[in-house]
Amino acid sequence: MNLNNYVHHSNGTHIDYANGMLAQLLLALPFFLLLVVYIFAAFISSRRHKQWPIHRTIFWVLGVLCAIAVVIGPLANRAHMDFTAHMMGHLLLGMLAPLLMALAAPMTLVMRTLNVTLARRLSNVLKSWPVRILGDPIVASCLNVGGLWLLYTTDLYAMMQQNVLLHVLVHTHVFLAGYVFTVSMIYVDPMPHRSSFVYRAIVLIVALAGHSILSKYIYAHPPNGVPTEQAEMGGMLMYYGGDVIDAVLIFILCFQWFRATRPRASLAMDQCSKVSN
Amino acid sequence: MGRNDAKIQVLGDRMAVENVNLKNHSNDTTSSSYLARNLWSGFLFGLGLVAFIDEAVFHQLLHWHHFYDKSTTSIGLVSDGLFHAFSWFATVGSLFMLADLRRRNALRLTRWWGGVLLGAGIFQLYDGTIQHKLMRLHQIRYNVHILPYDLTWNILAVVMIVVGATLIIRARSQSQLPRGERSYEPQ
Repeated sequence: MNLNNYVHHSNGTHIDYANGMLAQLLLALPFFLLLVVYIFAAFISSRRHKQWPIHRTIFWVLGVLCAIAVVIGPLANRAHMDFTAHMMGHLLLGMLAPLLMALAAPMTLVMRTLNVTLARRLSNVLKSWPVRILGDPIVASCLNVGGLWLLYTTDLYAMMQQNVLLHVLVHTHVFLAGYVFTVSMIYVDPMPHRSSFVYRAIVLIVALAGHSILSKYIYAHPPNGVPTEQAEMGGMLMYYGGDVIDAVLIFILCFQWFRATRPRASLAMDQCSKVSN
Repeated sequence: MGRNDAKIQVLGDRMAVENVNLKNHSNDTTSSSYLARNLWSGFLFGLGLVAFIDEAVFHQLLHWHHFYDKSTTSIGLVSDGLFHAFSWFATVGSLFMLADLRRRNALRLTRWWGGVLLGAGIFQLYDGTIQHKLMRLHQIRYNVHILPYDLTWNILAVVMIVVGATLIIRARSQSQLPRGERSYEPQ
């Protein structure tokens, strides 16, 4: 299988240097734009309204940097040759970057910055039925985990290494599906279509299980063109790295449940004490 | 006059209903839903704890368990993945349930610990019999005579189930006594 890679190289069917650079720039550019636009919006909105929380901006910068580190530079170069590096990229681009970016509440910032007419139009889009379907935890999980199953259990992974367009599409999908999945589970931004905690908890458990099962499957059945040792390392990285990020997701979901189910009596007492103060 | 009286009556009824609701939400710690929640919180925590010890001690520290075993069946892989995700969620979720019971003054520690032992025992027995033996996920340890390991593993599981069940039964008989005669008053 190792040999296969070299054969592709000498034949030139593997993505060549120039095309590789093009793919990297194509993927990195939107993230650079997102970074600039967010910071600009935070600046404008802080001047017009009260200060936009600095920790949200920090989450956004860290999230976008995670994504950029994956799509351009040394990690992106190594990911072509080394499946473990590719898996590291998957964890950062598909899980950590979306989580950090969701915690930055970008939609709230956009709503605050836009004028009322535009903000209303945007909120109408967010309330529309396609967004509702996309944001359902089950649909989001299928797009996210299902996409990974498709990538690693078919020839798609090998094809992606040889076709620039496919490479860009797969990476875009991994990020977007990861983001939609994250915001369908934890509500940081206002969500027009909310589902109950129990529903989200059950879907989250099944989705995490799908992720764990896939990582052990990769360990045992390397995707085409991936050497056994790299598949074993990559599978274990996916399993344990996924666990760490999932733990944060679970913690936030449970914490939101904990806050929402505050006993009513103490809520009333809180308000009484506020009034009397 | 009559109409106003009726209005006041309705208002009074509504307030009474609200008082009852308030009680159910915060004060009545003997209500059966809280008792069940103590048990569930403990049970889920026990399950998560055993899964965590399994992962941290037997996989990572001792390297006795293997990440994957050539004889693993696909149903074993699915069962492992589901239990792995569920136990991860259960550990975190059960501790939030514990915090929730505490802020409502409804925590019953005996019952909670009974739940922990019961959950831990049941999961360990499932892991030791069905996952290790039937689905051949992996063995407790490799290149050794496995029987003593299997026996210790599963007997320990049964002991935890028995002790947990005893604690729960004892906690129940205590909570059924009239208030004044209880030896243990949670606060």
